[in-house]
Formats: sequence, C-alpha cells, structure tokens
Amino acid sequence: MMIGPDLLNIAIYLPLAAAIGVALLPRDKEHLAGPLALAALLLAFVPALALYLGFDPALPGMQFAQDLPWLSALGARYAIGLDGISLLMFMLTAFLGPIAVLSSFEAVKEHRRFYYASLLALQTGMLGVFAALDLLLFYVFWEAMLIPMYFLIGIWGGKRRIYASVKFFIYTMAGSLLMLAAILWLYFDHQSRTGIYTFALSAYGNAATGGTGMLLFLAFALAFAIKVPLWPFHTWLPDAHVEAPTAGSIILAGVLLKMGVYGFIRIAVPFFPEAAMTAGWPIAALGAFGVIYGSLTAWAQDDIKKLVAYSSVAHLGIVMVGALVLEPAAVSGAVLQMVNHGLSTGALFLCVGMLYERRHTRLMADYGGIAKVMPAFAAVFMIVTLSSIGLPGLNGFIGEFLILFGSFKVWPCLALISLGGVILSAVYMLGMYQKVFFGPVTNPANKELPDLKVREWLCVLPLLALIVWIGVYPNFFLKRLDTAVNDYIRLAGGQRPPFSLTQEGK
Amino acid sequence: MEGNFYPLLKWMILPPLAGFVLNGLLGKRLLSERTGGILGSLAIFLSFIFALLSVSDLLNLPAADRLLRDTLFAWISAGPFTVDFALRLDPLSSVMALVVAGVSFLIHVYSIGYMRGDRCFHKYFSYLNLFVFFMLVLVLADNPVLMFVGWEGVGLASYLLIGFWYEDTEKASAGKKAFVTNRIGDAGFLAGLMLLAAVMHAGGVYGLDFSTLSANARLAAGASFAGVNAAFLIGVLLFVGATGKSAQFPLYVWLPDAMAGPTPVSALIHAATMVTAGVYMLSRMFFLYEAAPAALNVVLITGCFTAFLAAVIAVAQRDIKKVLAYSTVSQLGYMFMAVGAGAWAAGVFHLTTHAFFKALLFLAAGSVIHGLGGEQDLFKMGGLRRHMRTTFILTATGWLAISGVPPLAGFYSKDLILEKVFASGAGFVWLTGLLTAALTAYYISRLLILAFMDKYRGTQHVHGSPAVMTAPMGLLAVLSVAGGMAGAAWLLPFLQPGAAPEHHSALMIAVSVSAAAAGIIAAFLLVGRRAEDLAAAWPRLHRLVYNKFYVDEIYAALVLRPLERFAGWTFRVPDSKVIDGAFVNGTAALFMSMGRGLRAVQTGNAQFYAIVFLAGLCVLLAAVLAGYYL
Amino acid sequence: MMNFLPLTDSVPLAHIVGLGVAVFAAGTFGFLVRRNLIVLLMCVELMLNGANIVLVAFSRAPGAADPQVWVIFMFAVAAAEAGVGLALAVLIWRRLRALDIDALKELKG
Repeated sequence: MMIGPDLLNIAIYLPLAAAIGVALLPRDKEHLAGPLALAALLLAFVPALALYLGFDPALPGMQFAQDLPWLSALGARYAIGLDGISLLMFMLTAFLGPIAVLSSFEAVKEHRRFYYASLLALQTGMLGVFAALDLLLFYVFWEAMLIPMYFLIGIWGGKRRIYASVKFFIYTMAGSLLMLAAILWLYFDHQSRTGIYTFALSAYGNAATGGTGMLLFLAFALAFAIKVPLWPFHTWLPDAHVEAPTAGSIILAGVLLKMGVYGFIRIAVPFFPEAAMTAGWPIAALGAFGVIYGSLTAWAQDDIKKLVAYSSVAHLGIVMVGALVLEPAAVSGAVLQMVNHGLSTGALFLCVGMLYERRHTRLMADYGGIAKVMPAFAAVFMIVTLSSIGLPGLNGFIGEFLILFGSFKVWPCLALISLGGVILSAVYMLGMYQKVFFGPVTNPANKELPDLKVREWLCVLPLLALIVWIGVYPNFFLKRLDTAVNDYIRLAGGQRPPFSLTQEGK
Repeated sequence: MEGNFYPLLKWMILPPLAGFVLNGLLGKRLLSERTGGILGSLAIFLSFIFALLSVSDLLNLPAADRLLRDTLFAWISAGPFTVDFALRLDPLSSVMALVVAGVSFLIHVYSIGYMRGDRCFHKYFSYLNLFVFFMLVLVLADNPVLMFVGWEGVGLASYLLIGFWYEDTEKASAGKKAFVTNRIGDAGFLAGLMLLAAVMHAGGVYGLDFSTLSANARLAAGASFAGVNAAFLIGVLLFVGATGKSAQFPLYVWLPDAMAGPTPVSALIHAATMVTAGVYMLSRMFFLYEAAPAALNVVLITGCFTAFLAAVIAVAQRDIKKVLAYSTVSQLGYMFMAVGAGAWAAGVFHLTTHAFFKALLFLAAGSVIHGLGGEQDLFKMGGLRRHMRTTFILTATGWLAISGVPPLAGFYSKDLILEKVFASGAGFVWLTGLLTAALTAYYISRLLILAFMDKYRGTQHVHGSPAVMTAPMGLLAVLSVAGGMAGAAWLLPFLQPGAAPEHHSALMIAVSVSAAAAGIIAAFLLVGRRAEDLAAAWPRLHRLVYNKFYVDEIYAALVLRPLERFAGWTFRVPDSKVIDGAFVNGTAALFMSMGRGLRAVQTGNAQFYAIVFLAGLCVLLAAVLAGYYL
Repeated sequence: MMNFLPLTDSVPLAHIVGLGVAVFAAGTFGFLVRRNLIVLLMCVELMLNGANIVLVAFSRAPGAADPQVWVIFMFAVAAAEAGVGLALAVLIWRRLRALDIDALKELKG
C-alpha cells in the first residue's frame, strides 16, 4: 500500500472501529476487552510509524492529504493531512495510546468494555484533531474527544471524580463554545466577502485584522489557553489529574494539553497574525509567569499526582513562550518540548500509578525508603524525574535549550524568567523523589512491595528509550519540523525582530 | 574546519559509558564484586590509555597546530542553531583529560578495597564510571553546549554518589542540596550562554564551537545588554556557573555537606576533578575574559575572598573530612585567583597539583576512617602514626605538598599563583593569599597532629588498610612530590607555548615559604596545647568559626525558608482561594445561586403555575390589544 | 366590533359568546381556587366547554363551518383527557390517600 491518506485514515479510525468491537463484546468475554484494545492500538501504531518514516521533511505544506466533500450543504469538507508539527503530535498520540491501555490492565476491574471503548474512542478523537484540516472537522474531533475523557474521569476516577470531571467538562466546554462562535463568525464573514461557504483551514490565513481580529483571536486563544492550560486558567488540571485513572492522566498530560498549544500554532496565530503579533507577548508572559507559579505551587504539594500536575503548568508555560516567540529554533523547541513533556510527564503519571496500585495512596508522607524496596523502579523513576527537570543528555533539555536560546534573542526577559524554572524544577522534583525513595523505610506497609512486573516494564521501557533517544539524537525528530516551523512563522507574519544588543561606539 | 580530525577521541569517553551500563544493568545479578570492581577500573584505565595515546599524538604536532577534533554527529539543529556532538583535544583539555582519567583510575582501584562488602557495590562503580564519562565529556567538549551536558552530568553523578547511602535522610538531603545549589549556578551558566549565542547570532556568527567563539569574541566586547557590556555580563554569568560547580562564595555551601558520600567519592569528585570544572571552564572561555577585564576582577576578588573564608573555617573544624572540604574550597579559591589575575595556566597548574595532593589527603583520610570503623572526629583520633604507618607517611607527604613546602608540588603552583597575583598589581589580594597560605599550612598541620600525633583518644579498634588502597595512594604521593617540578618544566610551556619562561624572584619564594613555615610552626606550638585555651579565651569567635559563620543558617533563613513559605502561600491563597476559589468556583457558585433563586418560583403547586400562566396570558393579551388599538 | 357578524337568530352572538366566556371564567376560577383534584378536572372540562361554546357561536359566521368540526374533535380529546385525568386521580389516591392538590408538591424545586 502506498504511504498516503489511506494509511492516515486507518491510523485514525482503527481505534474507533475497535472501540465499537470492544463495546459489543459479550459480557462473559469482558476480560478480552483490554488485550483487544491493546492489539488494536498496536496495530494502529504501524501505519502511524509508516507515515512518520514516509514523511518527506523537505516538502512544504501538508502531506498524506485528503480532501473529500463531507457536509456539502455547509461547505464543510473531510480534509485531513499532516505537516511536520502535526506529525510529531500524531506520533506522540499513537505512541502513548498503547501504553495507556497496557497500564490499565490491573488497575481497572469494573465496566472494562466501556472503559477500553472510551480509551479507544478518545484515541480517534485526538488523532483526528491533529490531522484535521477543516475547521468544522477539527471542532467535531475536538469536542468528540471531550466525552470519553469525561467518562474516564467520572466513572473510573478517585473520590472527587464527579467534581473533577464536571469541572473539566464545563471549563473546556466554555472555551470551546467561544471558539465555535468565532468559527461561525469567520465562516459567515468569509461567505459575505467571497460568496463561498468553506471551513478549510487554508482559507483563513490572515482572516481578520484590527479590533475584530483581536476579538476573534482572543476567543480562539481563550479556548486554547484553557486547554494548555495557561495561567490563570489552569485550576481544572490538578483536579482532573488527581481524580483521573492512570491511563486518563497519561493521555490528559501527554496529549490533551498539547492540543492547546497546537491550536495556537495551527489556528489562532496563522488566522490572526496581526493580533498575535500584539497579543503574543502578554500571552507568552502569562506562560513565563506560569513557569515560576507552577513550580512554586508544585513545591507546596503533598500529593505526588498534584505535584506533577502543577509541574505541567510550568512546562507548558515555557512551551507557550517558545510557540509565540516566532523564532525558528524556539518554535521547533516548543514542538519538541511538547513531545518531551508527553513522554516524561506521561511516564511520571505511569510511575505514580504503579505506586498507587501497590499502596493506594499518593501522599508523599506515606512513602519513604522505597528505593531500597523497589530498586529497579527507583532507577526508572529517577530517569523520568531527571528528564522532567531537563537534565542534559535526556529529552527535556533539548526542548528547553532551544526554547530558551531561541526566545532569548527576542524576549530576553521572558527567557530569563523561564530559566528560573530550571532551578525550581530541581527543587520540587528532587524534593519529591527524596521524600518517596530515600530515607529509611518507616512505614511497615512499605516493607514488602514487589518491584516492577513484566507488564510494567513493557509500559516503561518504550518511554525510557525515547527519553534517552531524543536527548542524545534529537535531530531524528527536529529534522521533520524545520519546514513546518518555517511555514508557521511565515503564516504568522514573519519573525519578530530581535532585541537590540546596541553596539557601542556606533 | 580548523584542527585535525582524530577519531580516537571518542574512545576516551566510551569505556566509562560501557562500564556504567554493564555494572548498572548486569552488576548485581551476574558479576561478582571482584569482577565488577575490576570492570569499572579497567574501563577508566582504557580511557587513560586512549588519553595517553591521543596526547602523545598531539605532542607530535607543531606547537601552533595542537588541536585534534572528533565530530561524532550533528546533535541539535533547529533554525539557526547547530550544535555538534564534537570533541576537541588541545593542550588544556589534554592536561585535564590526563588528570581526570589518571586520578579516577587510581581512585577506582582504591574503591575496590574501600567499598568491599557494600550492599550496592556495583551501583557504586556504575555511578563512578558515569561520573568519569560526563567529566570527560565536559573536558573534551568542543562547544559550550556539549560542555554543559558534561557539566550537569557530573552534577548528577555527584548527586547520586553523595546520596549513595540514601537510607540516611541527612545524606540524601546533602545530595539534593548539592544538586540544587549547582542548578543555581547552572542557570547562570545557561544565561551566559544564551547571551553569548544571542550576541553571536546578532553578529551573523552561527557556529558555537570554541574556535569560532574565540575568533569572534570581539562581538561580545562590542555589544551591550541592559546597559552593561555584554562580554562583562557573559563573563560574570559564566563565573556564576563556576561558583556553583567549583564551590566558590556564595554557592560553596554544598561542598562541605557533600562529604556525606563515600570518601573516595569526596577524593575524586569533590576534590580532584569535578569541582575544578569551573576553573577549567573559565580557562576554556578565557578569550571572553580577555575582552572583559572587569569580569576578571570579579573572579579575582571572589576567589580571594573564598580562599580566605574557607581557610578560616577549616581551622576550627572537628570532622576530618570537613577540614579537607573547606581546604578544597580554599584551594579552588586560589585557582580562581590565578584566573582572575589573568594567569589561567597557573590556575590549571595548581588544579593539577591539587588534584594529586588533595586526592591523596582524602584517600588517606578515607584510610583512617576505614581503619577506625567510620570515625571522622579528629578529637577521637590521635597517635595513629604507630597504628597506620603507611597511611601516616602518605598523609605527611600530602601535608607537606599542600602546605607549600619546597620542592613538593603545592609549592610550585601556589607560589606561581601568588607571584602572578602580585604581578597583576592586586596587592591586597596578594596579601590575603599569603595569609591564606599560612592558614592552609596551619589547618593541615593541625589535622596531621590531631590524627597522627600524641596518643590514641578513641575506643575503636584500629586496623590498617589493604594494599589495594595504599598502592594508589603511593602513586598519588609520588605525583604530589614530583608533580610540581615536572609541571613547572613541562606543563606550563605545553599549556601556553611561546609564553616567556617564568622568572621566580628569590624574595617572593622566600616570602611564601616563610608563610608556610609560620603556619606549620604555629600549629606545632598551638595544637593540642594552646589552641584549646585560645578557643576558650574567645568562645564567641570560636563558635562563630566552628559554625562556619552560620552561612547555612543565614541562607536558610533569608532564602530557602521564605521561598518555601512563599510557595506554600502561593498554593494556599492565590491558587486555591483566589483563582480556583473566587474565580472558577465563584463563577459556578454564581450560577448556582441564580438557580437557587429561581427555584423559589418552582413551588410544585399546579395552581400557582396556572395563576402565573393566566397572568402571563393577560399581559400578552394586553400587549397585543394595545399594539392593535394604539 | 359585532356589526360585521350577520345576526340571523334572535339570540345575539354577543350573548352566546358572553356565555362561553362566563363558563370559561368559572372554570378558570374554579381551577385556581379549588383544592380537590376531581373538582379541578371538572373545572378543566368547564374551560374546554366554554371554549367550545365560543367556537360554536362563531361558526355561524358565513363560510366558517370548521369550528364545529373542531368542537367535535375537542369532545374526543376532552373525553380522552378526562379518562387519563381520572385514571391519574385514582392512582394518586391510591398512592397518597388524598386528592388535595396541596399534597402534590413532588415537583417543588
């Protein structure tokens, strides 16, 4: 089969087909739901991998593109395709999916068919968001993805799952509706100007300027900022993370948060370059502020999951700086850092989940001395921790390095503020590590915990491999980004001027 | 590209990496303790051999052309940034590589004896190999970004090894403290690099390798950032990084705590190699400091202040490793004084001799601690020269070397630094340096007297150390004796070919030797007899010095605890109460209360609904009729 | 406003319409003030029939016979409605042992 849109469609819809299959399993075959879901996602990973390898980094624009009539009366088309940026996001999603499923085999015992069907449907929704080239299609996928996630948190979550899931749903929905209003405004405005009803992304480059452009930009920006989550729209995240089951947290942190930044890169900024040029700095400043703020609040947590959730606010903050600074290296770094954050935070949630399965608590105070009881797990957790704090040689550093160095040339102040996160991340992450793993084993319940099982190794090893791989040889990933990043910057109205390093004596 | 392609360089860094992986993954299950130890040491020995081979090839080149390069692959390329995974060997890095690989090998061998029977023996060697790998990356890196990989990597290894006995919460905390303090410095380092890269990009220079940077240092000198000269700012920021890694004021506080790690680790990482990385980095980036002499003054003053402060603190410590730790901080201060005076080669020379004698002293201390079953308090030792003859002789060698007694190694390098400082015109700094030299001789003599002279004051049974521990110390002792002479003859011309040979003035030598002699004599007169009286005479002063001027407590009170409280407050008030409470849940509560208000209308009484319906109908009817008639 | 309606009978249309309105008003008033469910149902029937009277009255307008059709239609609906309503009343009686409408406040918000 040619590497083309067919493969892309298979990669997107195979999980959905499997979701239907899993949901229709007879009750006495319920135990097959997990393995079936895993098989489907692994199978779907194959076309995704083929797409990744078949992607030509030199070609501009979208690849594997397909454009079919969909809702002709509305002018909506079924348009999909990938460029370098969405390709990396697509791969990240396809990669994390099987791990999330595998991580649930023992944790989830109730309503397994519905659970795996939700995970699979979610997968299709996420992949669709990254591949969609039509606004309506994008919106449909964007909203469709919300529902399975709502169920995942609300049914298989922790004690306050209802509160968390409703908060997550309403908060995201409020942003989405604003976005829908903006989409409709654009749609009718386009029709009134050209007489054509269309939702094609490519039709809306520089769609509006002036005050209207700014309002529309802000409508989109708010929807995406909630998803990122940008300070101060972040408070749904810790609740959702703490209550979500492990797989939900992995997907939430690994992929869902990336959609916010992806939305900025794909829609908000190219649609309204003028507004983005003006509002870019304040939004990036919120991101940089979030780096410090997220780090400080993470430091104050007793709950490991909540700590990781707040660290996400910090990590995504720096990504926002990179995405909006419109400097090629910083934008590449931002996209790569999204992948990195997906891997390292996904792995962190995975590890916290493993601890939780053993001890049914997430409070650091309940642990201590785990390194002695579970040495292999401690080593894995250490690598993941180091990746999260951006140790050179692991993936986190590459992204942070590119964002910091790239954005420093334009916004030195924001880069320096973000740099503060480098110090603080070591403080809270290593503090957490010490509380959980070091010291004597004081709690008798911790004396006899089994070390990693084969299934858990299978979850963790691919993540570790990528964490090291990206750190040592990032060019395998960066290479595919260059063209797309340049396209993005061109659509955004070109690079921002660097700040002046005034030459003395001139 | 400038320099000769030399594919052998990568083989210097690969064996320790292999050793790390093998010992780390297979160690506990497949390898015996003996095999693991030998494997770890062998890896470093291989590195050392490759270093020797490479350096001998380097020496065969004409002096002006001594640069070997090995580019492994293009590491990061995005937008205008291209950073290669590239190694370079020039005189500076070859000195460092030889010192690192050589001393590391000896300490690995020593560790086989020291760590015998430890539950995590393989992990120890695995970490130690990891350290050497990163240290060699740091030393051989051809660009500051790759150097930063090694820079943080050695910090990681240091963190892991300080907290090696992690079940002791205090040791684990010491590791964290080291890492976090280093991170503060590293942030400075990164900020300096960011500014450097921005300046270079603004000037149209996109290469980040040292040769390119060096050739374009004038760009930094001609630019300014926030009203400050860029070269000065970069120099100071990089030096902030160096103060972290090389334990200078104000970031030196982690190093004394780092003594929580196994003693060979203290010898290798926290005395001989890693902590000298700052000096190496400054020497490597010296082209920048040439463009910004003001930054050199910062280095000079900081180095001088640190050297003196640490020497004073070392005078009053009871813990044998704490004395050596503060001594290390003080000696590092000397090296920075040299760099600050513009004589980086003298700094690297002292770095080399210091690596020998300080490693020796630490290993000797380790031998003592080992022999006493873990006792580190000097006041519980004494008279050990009879129980541990070899260790005593070796310690005495180190004692003479660090005190600056000619013709041992310390004398040459320290004297050279003092001369350079004097020549640079910084008279006060020179005087302080001289005073520090006397203090150095005093505290190290005090250590020797308290540990080895008089009678044994402890209760532990004393046993000697095995040959696997004493043999490496013996080699280090030989180097501590001869390293100075050899260095003065070969090392300096190798580092700075073409520089005029040093002229030593007899007066300067006499002054510095007499400072050392004064320190030693004072120690023999005071320690064990009058020193206690002096301490009793000025109890406040003694307590102040013994407690290290309360710097740790001041940092905790002024920075750490307020910041931690601020973090807690940030979560409790702005996050939970304001953003989540007032805004998010407040919005929800607003709609909730609106709903609650409207609930009153919903009485459940159908007749009430009917009345409302009727009233509505009437109003509607009235409106329609009014519209019709009016 | 009546003059456009041709009056062919001795009883003026206004009287008939007035009767319808009066019956409707009586039904409405009863519906609003009475408490017994059965009585309420009867009041609803009154209101329906008030409306029926008005419809029949107006059907005498030329060419407008269809109101009479509606009235017949409404008889059927009213019968069905009465059936359902009485059935509900029986069920409510069985469940609550009361037909007082004040006892039925399940829907209170």
